[in-house]
Amino acid sequence: MSKTHVTTTINGEPVEFLCDTSQTVLDVLRDQLGLTGSKEGCGSGDCGACSIIVDGRLVCGCLMLGAEAEGCRIETIEGMAAGDHLHPLQKRFVEMAALQCGICTPGFLVASKALLDRNPNPTETEVRYWLAGNLCRCTGYDKIIRAVMDVAAELRETAR
Amino acid sequence: MKEARYTAPETLDEAVALLASANGSGRVLAGGTDLLVQMRAGTAKPGLIVDVKKIPEMTTITEKDGSYRIGAAVSGAVIGEHEGLRKAWPGIVEAVNLIGSTQVQGRASAGGNLCNASPAADSVPAMVAAGAMVTIQGPKGRREIPAEKVNAGPGRTTLAPGEIVVSFTLPVRPRNSGDAYLRLIPRTEMDIAVVGCGVSLTMDGDRCTAARVSLGAVAPTVLLVEDAGKALVGSTLDDGALEAAAAACRAACKPIDDKRGTIVYRTKIAGVLLKRAAAIAAERARSH
Ligand SMILES: Cc1cc2nc3c(=O)[nH]c(=O)nc-3n(C[C@H](O)[C@H](O)[C@H](O)COP(=O)(O)OP(=O)(O)OC[C@H]3O[C@@H](n4cnc5c(N)ncnc54)[C@H](O)[C@@H]3O)c2cc1C
Ligand code: FES
Ligand code: FES
Repeated sequence: MSKTHVTTTINGEPVEFLCDTSQTVLDVLRDQLGLTGSKEGCGSGDCGACSIIVDGRLVCGCLMLGAEAEGCRIETIEGMAAGDHLHPLQKRFVEMAALQCGICTPGFLVASKALLDRNPNPTETEVRYWLAGNLCRCTGYDKIIRAVMDVAAELRETAR
Repeated sequence: MKEARYTAPETLDEAVALLASANGSGRVLAGGTDLLVQMRAGTAKPGLIVDVKKIPEMTTITEKDGSYRIGAAVSGAVIGEHEGLRKAWPGIVEAVNLIGSTQVQGRASAGGNLCNASPAADSVPAMVAAGAMVTIQGPKGRREIPAEKVNAGPGRTTLAPGEIVVSFTLPVRPRNSGDAYLRLIPRTEMDIAVVGCGVSLTMDGDRCTAARVSLGAVAPTVLLVEDAGKALVGSTLDDGALEAAAAACRAACKPIDDKRGTIVYRTKIAGVLLKRAAAIAAERARSH
């Protein structure tokens, strides 16, 4: 059985791996590369726990084949903090209790970062629609939305 | 399980040849938001996967003399960011952008939406209303057919084995034209249309001079409702004309009864959406 050899960039580091065609990027990240921050909630594109950024686009890791990663630039939750220095979104999520069990959190953080990277001044409605593909069964969403709105304001302030 | 083989050819000729060599077990992969779900569920078991996202003609949007050509594998996110398309075809853009979440938009394509052949596919009624022509390439060469001729039934297309949808070509837009797509879903996001309606029309002052109407989720395939378009043309989109067009929509419905909506409900909603979508399209036509 022939495996596909893939050369890609993950969180700024060049990475090579071999994968079966049926393996998703999420499978490769978690099972082969030990990057278990991205979660599998559903495996069918519904929950967003597997959110990663590929060539600047937010996508579901469970809906992309590992083989498709050839030549791509991938960003995962593991690349979000700079060492021990948490990203403002990570800090605020903790401070504002925007998580409980935490399984949805990496996905929400990656998706929220993708939003703020392209729209530093979103309305609450824009945040809610952007995150409509991320499901959380614990928080009731409100704390998450507040944390994202707060960080957006904070980042605009520091950007001045 | 036998593993599929993955290929990512850079030309259409190669892609067509690869599919032809797979004896029917080949599948095109665009955004994968349908195919990967089906592979995981075991309902699709391809022996060969032909990823078409390295083929430039399928992943670009171009404009020539006022006519847009959208590559079949262009993602919804890219379509949503295209200024020219947003101006000329806001109904197509809003329909494509209704597909799934932000994450799904990052990958899902109009070509995949069409070829997956769900009767409820959101972008298809908008394409049909727009009069989009679909370019297809296969072992016997190239052909062009109207968007409404691609689907044959739920999950079935009129594509011959080995044929690939290459692109959608939109007609040159006359002045004072507008389009719109509306769907009814029980939630506000992330759901499958109970009814979808696309309207594209051209106005001359108060009078409608051209109109096309399309319905989704009310029959085994997306429908072009010619009688609804005819009811609008020549009118001022007055209540009488709108009711006649709505009646034509209701008459065209052959829906199913399921948990999302009964036959009676879907049929009634088809007329309601027609009126609302026509109003939005007319408003856009005035400001176009
Ligand atoms: C969470 C979620 C939410 C969704 N929400 C919606 C929604 O609201 N509305 C909606 O309409 N759909 C929805 N979908 C379904 C899906 O996202 C769309 O149908 C999408 O447009 C499919 O495009 P794709 O590029 O991902 O297709 P793929 O999965 O790559 O392909 C779909 C099918 O078409 C074939 N194919 C693809 N491209 C071509 C081509 N160029 N030529 C020939 N055959 C081709 C493939 O072989 C496959 O059989 C949703 C899916 C998910 C996972
Ligand atoms: S695991 Fe990918 S969307 Fe749920
Ligand atoms: S914190 Fe438990 S699912 Fe979101």
